[in-house]
Amino acid sequence: MSGSGSLIEPLWEVFVRSRRGLSHVHVGSLHAPDATMALRNARDVYTRRQEGVSIWVVPAADITASSPDEKDEFFDPAGDKVYRHPTFYQVPEGVDHL
Amino acid sequence: MLALMDSFQATIDADGRIEPRDAMPEGYRKTLIRQIAQHAHSEIIGMQPEGNWISRTPSLRRKAILMAKVQDEAGHGLYLYAAAETLGVDRAELLDLLHAGKQKYSSIFNYPTLTWADIGAIGWLVDGAAIVNQVPLCRCSYGPYARAMVRVCKEESFHQRQGFEILHTLCNGTEAQKAMAQDALDRWWWPSLMMFGPPDASSTHSEQSMAWGIKRHSNDELRQRFVDMTVPQADVLGIRVPDDGLRYDEETGHYSFTQPDFTELYEVVKGNGPCNEQRLAHRVKAHEDGAWVREAAAAYAGKQAQKKASAA
Ligand SMILES: [Fe+2]
Ligand SMILES: [Fe+2]
Repeated sequence: MSGSGSLIEPLWEVFVRSRRGLSHVHVGSLHAPDATMALRNARDVYTRRQEGVSIWVVPAADITASSPDEKDEFFDPAGDKVYRHPTFYQVPEGVDHL
Repeated sequence: MLALMDSFQATIDADGRIEPRDAMPEGYRKTLIRQIAQHAHSEIIGMQPEGNWISRTPSLRRKAILMAKVQDEAGHGLYLYAAAETLGVDRAELLDLLHAGKQKYSSIFNYPTLTWADIGAIGWLVDGAAIVNQVPLCRCSYGPYARAMVRVCKEESFHQRQGFEILHTLCNGTEAQKAMAQDALDRWWWPSLMMFGPPDASSTHSEQSMAWGIKRHSNDELRQRFVDMTVPQADVLGIRVPDDGLRYDEETGHYSFTQPDFTELYEVVKGNGPCNEQRLAHRVKAHEDGAWVREAAAAYAGKQAQKKASAA
């Protein structure tokens, strides 16, 4: 019995735009044999209450992600560049719109 | 590796969230896989007792509502399987374990739905208890599980309300209808209290799960919360919670109540509940009967991919 008829269908990551003017946001994942079915399943699983006006499905295997093990080295370079933020600068009193 | 585990503990201590590819102790991973899988299995097995009444609802309105509810439960199962998969297991593998009886689902679904009032009682009590259990899980330390729970909790409140509405309608109907509602409460009350698990004194996994931020409140705390919330609702319905020991304690502001018979819970968990065999057999059959659909979809996908490749 074990495994009978359990085909391994590829995993898809699902992104939903909740309304016009907003970006697509990751909502979860699902299995489907192809992109068309992935879209239909995503509609049924993630937008049963009109949570979206647009859906992207992306094969999970095609996503390249930064590694959590290297997160310190990877993001370090931005750590000592506080001058990239406007709050770094002192604005003399009386100067507006700056 | 040691440093990575330090960062795990630091994240937990700061009440931060652990994300899929972070380093985590093997026990944390295993506990989560077991708990999330069991939760997912409960959602899909839970479709059966209610599915039993879809073809026999008293009105078209009730039928549309019940179908939407049962469909939501399928969705909850899918959110949760997806969350479990982020821990490095396959959904197919988890389903095989369920089908082989090697992973559990909530014991509550091993009780039968004998009358239409049972559908009301399930929504009101079973979904009500599930909400009490699930709301704290929205703050679980494992990100994907917590996010799935936020989604689930948003959908649960409709489940509970539709159940209460069914009973409210029955309770304001004929004597026979009200008696049917009372009978459903009599049968579902104790199994609902068991949904919170064994008493704290004999709960095996609780302490470690609390330390890891997976569990936020003890079984007994949650059970008390459920009783405090539910008894006044029964009063509104005008039916009686079947507990002679039930009384409101002015001093503490809580109800004191009789604990359920936990030997019954252990028996049902062991497989000796009224519907264990039926539920599992039905699930396996549904899975096997659906094999041709999965095979056809895979064959079609394969053909389309081939066509695309030869056209390029
Ligand atoms: Fe659910
Ligand atoms: Fe529910």
